[in-house]
Amino acid sequence: MQPAVVLDKLVKVFDGKTPVVAVDHVSFDVRRGEIFSLVGPDGAGKTTTIRMMCGVLPPTEGTITLLGLDIRKDKDEIKKHIGYLSQKFSLYGDLTVDENIDFFAEIHKVRDYRGRKEDLLQFTRLAPFRDRLAARLSGGMKQKLALACTLVHAPDIIFLDEPTTGVDPVSRRDFWKILSSLLKSGMTIIVTTPYLDEAERSTRVALMNECRLLRCDTPESVKDSFSSDVFEITCENARALRETMKNTISEQDIQLFGDRIHLLQPKGAMTQHDIQDQLKKQEIAFDSVREIPASLEDVFVSAIR
Amino acid sequence: MMMNNDTTNNAVVVEGLTKRFGRFVAVDNVSFTVRRGEVFGFLGPNGAGKSTTIRMLCGLLEPTSGSATVGGFDVTSSPDGVKTTIGYMSQRFSLYEDLTVEQNINFYGGIYGLEGERLKERKSWAIGMAGLKGKEQQLAHSLSGGWKQRLALGCATLHEPPIVFLDEPTGGVDPVSRRNFWDLIYSLSSRGVTVFVTTHYMDEAEHCNTIGLIYSGKLTAIGSPTELKHKLDRYRIFEIRCEHPVDAMEQLQKQPWVVETSIFGSSFHASTLRDVDAFSEIERVLAQRGIALQRIEQIVPSLEDVFIHLIAEEDAKPHNNAS
Amino acid sequence: MSITLIPIVRKEFRQIRRDKRILGVLLFIPALMLLMFGYALNFDVKHTSLAVYDEDMSRTSREFARQFWNSEFFDLKYYLKSKGEINSLLDGEKVRIVLVIPSTFSKDLARGQQANVQVLVDGANSFSAATIIAYVNSIVQQYSLNVLATAIQRSSGGVTVPIDFQPRVWYNPELLSARYLVPGLIAFILMIVAVVSTSLSVVRERELGTMEQMMVSPIRPLEMILGKTIPYMVISLLASASILAVGYLLFDVEIQGSLLLLFVVTFIFLLGSLGLGLLISTVAETQQVAFMIAAVSTMLPTFILSGFVFPIRNMPIVIQAITYLIPARYFLVALRSIILKGVGVSAFWDQFLFLVLYAALTIGASSYRLRKLLY
Repeated sequence: MQPAVVLDKLVKVFDGKTPVVAVDHVSFDVRRGEIFSLVGPDGAGKTTTIRMMCGVLPPTEGTITLLGLDIRKDKDEIKKHIGYLSQKFSLYGDLTVDENIDFFAEIHKVRDYRGRKEDLLQFTRLAPFRDRLAARLSGGMKQKLALACTLVHAPDIIFLDEPTTGVDPVSRRDFWKILSSLLKSGMTIIVTTPYLDEAERSTRVALMNECRLLRCDTPESVKDSFSSDVFEITCENARALRETMKNTISEQDIQLFGDRIHLLQPKGAMTQHDIQDQLKKQEIAFDSVREIPASLEDVFVSAIR
Repeated sequence: MMMNNDTTNNAVVVEGLTKRFGRFVAVDNVSFTVRRGEVFGFLGPNGAGKSTTIRMLCGLLEPTSGSATVGGFDVTSSPDGVKTTIGYMSQRFSLYEDLTVEQNINFYGGIYGLEGERLKERKSWAIGMAGLKGKEQQLAHSLSGGWKQRLALGCATLHEPPIVFLDEPTGGVDPVSRRNFWDLIYSLSSRGVTVFVTTHYMDEAEHCNTIGLIYSGKLTAIGSPTELKHKLDRYRIFEIRCEHPVDAMEQLQKQPWVVETSIFGSSFHASTLRDVDAFSEIERVLAQRGIALQRIEQIVPSLEDVFIHLIAEEDAKPHNNAS
Repeated sequence: MSITLIPIVRKEFRQIRRDKRILGVLLFIPALMLLMFGYALNFDVKHTSLAVYDEDMSRTSREFARQFWNSEFFDLKYYLKSKGEINSLLDGEKVRIVLVIPSTFSKDLARGQQANVQVLVDGANSFSAATIIAYVNSIVQQYSLNVLATAIQRSSGGVTVPIDFQPRVWYNPELLSARYLVPGLIAFILMIVAVVSTSLSVVRERELGTMEQMMVSPIRPLEMILGKTIPYMVISLLASASILAVGYLLFDVEIQGSLLLLFVVTFIFLLGSLGLGLLISTVAETQQVAFMIAAVSTMLPTFILSGFVFPIRNMPIVIQAITYLIPARYFLVALRSIILKGVGVSAFWDQFLFLVLYAALTIGASSYRLRKLLY
């Protein structure tokens, strides 16, 4: 099946006294029915990329193809099949839940949307609040309402720009539950997020930093391609341990996490027993050593060095 | 740097702190202690009472009842004393984007009453700590996330406060800078500075010595990351890989012995009660549905798992309403 | 195209209805302002406190002084016995005008010689002082003419006076009264309302981020703009109607000319103002900035330079040239022509043309900028 979205050498430069490159020759594709995460810190180019994909911002160079249609030529046709949830989740605070959904359904020219609206209200558990003004909803409910407004015209692809930024982990998990249930209907979901742990939940990820694409693949493949093994060393005073280890091991390979240390070693170079022996030999106190799978963050960190 | 004559080892002592807005109880009888030099993590959903608690501790909001002592100063009777003893930083909002690095530091130095030699000395400390030597004349808005963060921390600690509040200091910053930032926090902590952090990054919560979880205004749990994880000893968490994970999750969620499920890309996590033979039960349920099980592994719970469960337990209690 | 226009118009009306402040501003404030301006902005100066120092103390001097306090423009507060009291009364602002009649007043008049009378006016408020002096002048002139007429009659014996002297002691230097203000007020208020509310409405959409959301829908930029401006057009027209109603009920302002013409002219002026509001919305990034630009570019120029309160012909030439740029100036001429004079388009066709040009310019400029903004 043809992919949902294809980006080919996409570039965006903002004019000004000094032109600013926001997206630098980014290419990747998104397959149908997957959750695709665009991950990276602020300023990496995620939002700019997604805005170009939605037709809100014109690209400087390169092509974007959605469902086989070119964004530059068939923008109007494309808009019928996509939904966009911007970072601010723009809702009309002075309209009720019901009125907001009605509005977005109508401007998308959806005929007979009543049934779908009821479904969405049930699905987001907002039905008991349908007459409440959007401004009076809690943050989590606003987010769900914004999602409902994005879904009301039954798009094939939805773009969510940092939908969970600043939201606590519990609400984030709920949100991802909702997203995964949307997959069942064959929807393609493209999300940007600064949280690497959310990237782990996606079908495929694209790691971005400083306007460039670092990696694009399934989380497993990205981690498998990592050239180091990761060992977790626990001990009472992890900080002191790190200081001691810095004497023999490069600082980059030692990461502190509260009461644990993550040690990176080239793949296959050492086993956890080797490490335990090493530490004992150097009379360094520790509680336990075990090998753990690399995280996406480990990959990201080493990729940007 | 000012510290009251109270020489106890506790930087912050909170007892029965409560804040009511009309009939709404934003902070409900919260009590905890933070030792000097500790890194204390404050977690919880937005609207749970975190910011209200912090504002009371910073001397910005008067408590309805209860007491809190910060750096030896009582927040109710000497809020001004409290303000001299703390530093506050919020990465996304602290700096003046249209001022240069140097101008920002001068400004904050000024409002903390630093001048002359002392200001010069602290200024060069801040620039060195933030790694901004040579960039003093750059506009704050042109700095990337990691630099801004360090500059903001520098500005917040110019007056060498013994207690520092960091409100989501690493939001949106790249992982390398985040790690470097935590190094800075550790070095502060090793010099006896007490650090209060709020964060939504679960891995950062792991960095803290002690974590307090606030939910619905109450302090639902408090302890070190390890202690908190042991709270889930009565459950077992599994990572399961199979076809149709969403389907599988739905089926398992229906089982009474399954507590929580959440998706992780092409696999998912499920937590079960301990006294159940989970491995075989899971296999059975999936087989009934015709779903082939590819891999199942018991994993160590993460802090996120801890919070999900603790919050679910709170919600299940009769007097709580979830919305 | 029209299908998507409706939800936008409907949403806009809903938002306006819910926002009590905007509603108040748009419908009630205009009428309220009219009341305020109508009753308070009155350049007639009445009941000025007067003190009289009569050194003559004759029947003639008393008759002369009576001309002053009998008129509604002066209230006699003090009848002075000595000159010394004058300073303290004026300094203490107990009176604003002192009439000093010399001891030779009646004798001079009887002898057919010019009598000098001194009038001391508190000039602290120079505007009303000038008016007061004008009143005094007219009273004195009337009285002089009366004296002259009586003298002529006496000397020529029985000749009928060719001129009828009816003491008319009112004086309205600029013909400023509530009637005249009504058209000006309409222009003033409409301009502000249309420009401010339109610019705020679009900028608010941008600030909220909902603009972006709408851009990913099949809506065309034109539809969105039209949808947002139509409600304000309707409300502004309603506001003008309410101003006219209040003007008629309270100030007897009747529309002498064609109602249809009035509507057409107002509509075109509104189009131009809405266009201006849209143009402002493309340069302002926040609602506060939009409001400030809108308010400053409409309120001050319209109030001072459109001929609403201060007559243009009295201004320095340079300023007069600037007034050609103020759209309200043309609208005012048209309004006054229709409402007060009842004439047709032919009387003010050049003003009408300017208004059409204004509308075309602002709408053209704003569409161009909006298209660029909205990709």
